[in-house]
Amino acid sequence: MTEATHEEHAIHDEHIAHGHHDEHDHHGPAKGIMRWVFTTNHKDIGTLYLVTALIMFMVGGAMALVIRAELFEPGMQYVDPNFFNQMTTLHALIMVFGAVMPAFVGFANWMIPMMIGAPDMALPRMNNWSFWILPFAFVMLASTLFMDGGAPAAGWTLYPPLVLQGGAHLPFAIFTVHLLGMSSIMGAINIIVTVFNMRAPGMTLMKLPLFVWTWVITAFLLITVMPVFAGAVTMLLTDKFFGTSFFNAAGGGDPVLYQHLFWFFGHPEVYIMILPSFGVISTIIPTFARKPLFGYSSMVYATASIGFLSFIVWAHHQYTVGMPLAGELYFTYATMLIAVPTGVKVFNWVATMWKGAMTFETPMLFAIAFVVLFTMGGFTGLMMSISPADLQYHDTYFIVAHFHYVLVPGAVFALFAGAYYWLPKWTGHMYDEKLGKLHFWLSTVSVNVLFFPQHFLGLAGMPRRIPDYAVQFAEFNAMSSVGAFIFGFSQLIFVWVVIKAIRGGEKATDEVWEGASEHGLEWTLPSPPPYHTWTTAPDIK
Amino acid sequence: MKKLKLLITGLGIATFGEANADYALNLSPGVTQLSRDIYDLHMYILWICVAIGVGVYGMMVYSIMHHRKSKGAVPAHFHENTKLEVVWTIIPFVILLAMAVPATKVMIEAYDTSASDMTVKVTGYQWKWRYTYLDNGIDFFSTLDAKSNEARQLGVRSNPEAVPNYLLEVDKPLVIPAGKKVRFLFTAADVIHSWWVPKFGWKKDAIPGYVTDAWTKVEEPGIYRGQCAELCGRDHGFMPIVVDVKSEADYGKWVEAQKAQAQKAVADAAKTYSMAELMAKGEEVYNASCAGCHMVNGEGMQGMFPAIKGSSVATGDLNTHLDVVVKGKGQMMPAFGDSLSPVEIAAVVTYQRNGFGNNKGDLVQPSDVSARN
Ligand code: HEM
Ligand SMILES: [Cu+2]
Repeated sequence: MTEATHEEHAIHDEHIAHGHHDEHDHHGPAKGIMRWVFTTNHKDIGTLYLVTALIMFMVGGAMALVIRAELFEPGMQYVDPNFFNQMTTLHALIMVFGAVMPAFVGFANWMIPMMIGAPDMALPRMNNWSFWILPFAFVMLASTLFMDGGAPAAGWTLYPPLVLQGGAHLPFAIFTVHLLGMSSIMGAINIIVTVFNMRAPGMTLMKLPLFVWTWVITAFLLITVMPVFAGAVTMLLTDKFFGTSFFNAAGGGDPVLYQHLFWFFGHPEVYIMILPSFGVISTIIPTFARKPLFGYSSMVYATASIGFLSFIVWAHHQYTVGMPLAGELYFTYATMLIAVPTGVKVFNWVATMWKGAMTFETPMLFAIAFVVLFTMGGFTGLMMSISPADLQYHDTYFIVAHFHYVLVPGAVFALFAGAYYWLPKWTGHMYDEKLGKLHFWLSTVSVNVLFFPQHFLGLAGMPRRIPDYAVQFAEFNAMSSVGAFIFGFSQLIFVWVVIKAIRGGEKATDEVWEGASEHGLEWTLPSPPPYHTWTTAPDIK
Repeated sequence: MKKLKLLITGLGIATFGEANADYALNLSPGVTQLSRDIYDLHMYILWICVAIGVGVYGMMVYSIMHHRKSKGAVPAHFHENTKLEVVWTIIPFVILLAMAVPATKVMIEAYDTSASDMTVKVTGYQWKWRYTYLDNGIDFFSTLDAKSNEARQLGVRSNPEAVPNYLLEVDKPLVIPAGKKVRFLFTAADVIHSWWVPKFGWKKDAIPGYVTDAWTKVEEPGIYRGQCAELCGRDHGFMPIVVDVKSEADYGKWVEAQKAQAQKAVADAAKTYSMAELMAKGEEVYNASCAGCHMVNGEGMQGMFPAIKGSSVATGDLNTHLDVVVKGKGQMMPAFGDSLSPVEIAAVVTYQRNGFGNNKGDLVQPSDVSARN
């Protein structure tokens, strides 16, 4: 069914980059490096995103290990405090914008057209641009490390007035943010247009796979908030170089205004990293429980509510700036509300497992760890939403523990789950299940050794973003650092598993997972799928 | 070996959950009514979360154990149950209400700064705190103590554990009376800082151009420690807060002593000092206030902080040099006119002009400094 006739190709493939070639060789990609530079094929672009994300994950991870090495014991051992601050800032920017977001965009590129029965993304040439902006942005960001005064050191939130004290890096860092924003907005537009215009006939909105739904909602969040961030950092730029005083109190400006603008972006941003994870997990659990997803429509509504609520709770990051009492209480109540749709999602996942016939291949293991550990991050999130209690938690290691539970065993584990789940589809080869399981167990144990003690550190009074600490915090910091190194090095197993699967191995069947074709169109295609798929639209039941 | 021991004890604690005074596992109930209310609220939400967690994880573990294919489980086919879904939307909502009510009460309490007995204005500087007592005019700066400061330098490798209260000690603590409602006003001179003493139960940002407030009423005399909680640059981690809560009588004595000291400072500023006196005092001031950026050896940090050694300012026109120290320069060099006394400024400028091989031979007297203000 996937082998289309030549006439059909001619109709559907006008957008293929090498359309001027002989009609007969557009079945496969062009040869050589130019294939990757000029490609407009959604699968190629998906691969580019995924590879970039993996490299960035390693770079950001290496920076995290610099941080954790310095924090292994009290006293300053390896790095100057200023360099330490540069590391925390770059680590965060790279993990957020370089690893997690591009990885999900990579999933979207690969899977959304295959899942909705579309031959490609709607705007393939823009898709090429959205990707190729990224490497330049990251090179520019990395180059700040070698500038006078070093890289940005004000934390990924880039709060003024501190960030304005920075030297040569500032315009570069801000331009990087602009590029990343452009890339994300273009990517988001592409996803929205693809999903709304390119669905196969019969694929109604309420039949969309949940992964597609979560990405559509994420794309709307991106389009709404990235311009706000771009605006805020542009105001920083004019404050620094053109004598404006948006955020400069001495000139009549307001440093807290920046925080409101930043978090209006920054809070939805954390959902941008987590909503697609919800989609991935909602795809994987039904497959390995051999049961349909429980409460599909409530999952869709819950995701949409979370998306909406994420816009009206930003100031819960600012409980200590001295907002009026009414504001403080409003943000408390609104934030607490997010627990309701999030709870619905967790209950639905548990109900999907309930009375299933579960097996525990690597993707399922990561998915289960996601549900357990993300929920823990959710609990600490609920605790932090209560403003009076947050007066203690704010800016301590409790926060660091919280957001790493939602970002590492949350977003990153969902990425691993998805990668193992679709790797056989992408490469045509089964990955090494033994190594996959080893990767899972090492990661899961060490991630807890790494982040769990940080709850204690925060409650005991250790502020975040400090390069050295009082001796009473030594034990838990030592533990946390050991966990970090085990976690970090375990990721090399993953890299090896991916390389091995690309290079060969047991052939994967089309369905790959028992009964998977009931759970998504992608499993009706061959493994690996041909370069062009769905040149004729599939039948949707 | 030491590291290994640390690690083993660490892992041990985590495994057996043995609470020990040194390794706190939880918030402290603190030393004020407000901090205890916050602690109670924290425990209340924590237990609710634990209860929900036990339920959810219990269900999961049960499914994982009993609904596995390897045990011959046959998958059911249900995928919807509207009643159930409505129930698990409403129950969490009710639980949230049960949390919101006490939270609101505590927040109102935290915001009530009325009817205070005294007010202290706290100003954050990079990287020290200034305390101004609005009722009696006492005004001083509080910085990291010399021992911690020495031990925290990169590569020093002296054992932090040998330094009492490493990084949690200051040269001059904030002193307040026990049993009185003290109102704090917070602001900052350069970047945003945040004032946090965990045992008081809250932190509050100190923001340039803003005045925020908070209050405390500590029942028992004692020494309570905390740290700056908002990233404020290179030395953010080295900005401790120490509050010495004294009985009312002791507090009164302390106030008198401060007043006497202030008078002596005025007298000192009128005196003339010898080179040796100025150099000795200057070195002390330099190491406490300048070495953080310009380094103890005066060589500065490339691309960040200029060297003093051979610098055109420290070897050039004396008035320009004084201006830079008193009024600050650019975004990074703070103005020391407020934080150092004329004697200290005279001494440190003398030290900079004659130390590090600069050998200008200039001798700056406090009166030269006062004359410029
Ligand atoms: C290898 C695993 C990781 C380790 C060991 C690690 C470690 C750290 C450490 C030590 C900090 C500094 C905390 C502080 O002092 O405030 C930090 C900050 C941060 N990390 Fe990670 N991290 C890891 C993975 C991630 C991932 C995957 C993400 C994101 C998607 C992430 C996002 C952040 C963010 C946003 C910050 C805050 C930076 C700031 O305070 O400005 N981290 N991380
Ligand atoms: Cu500070």
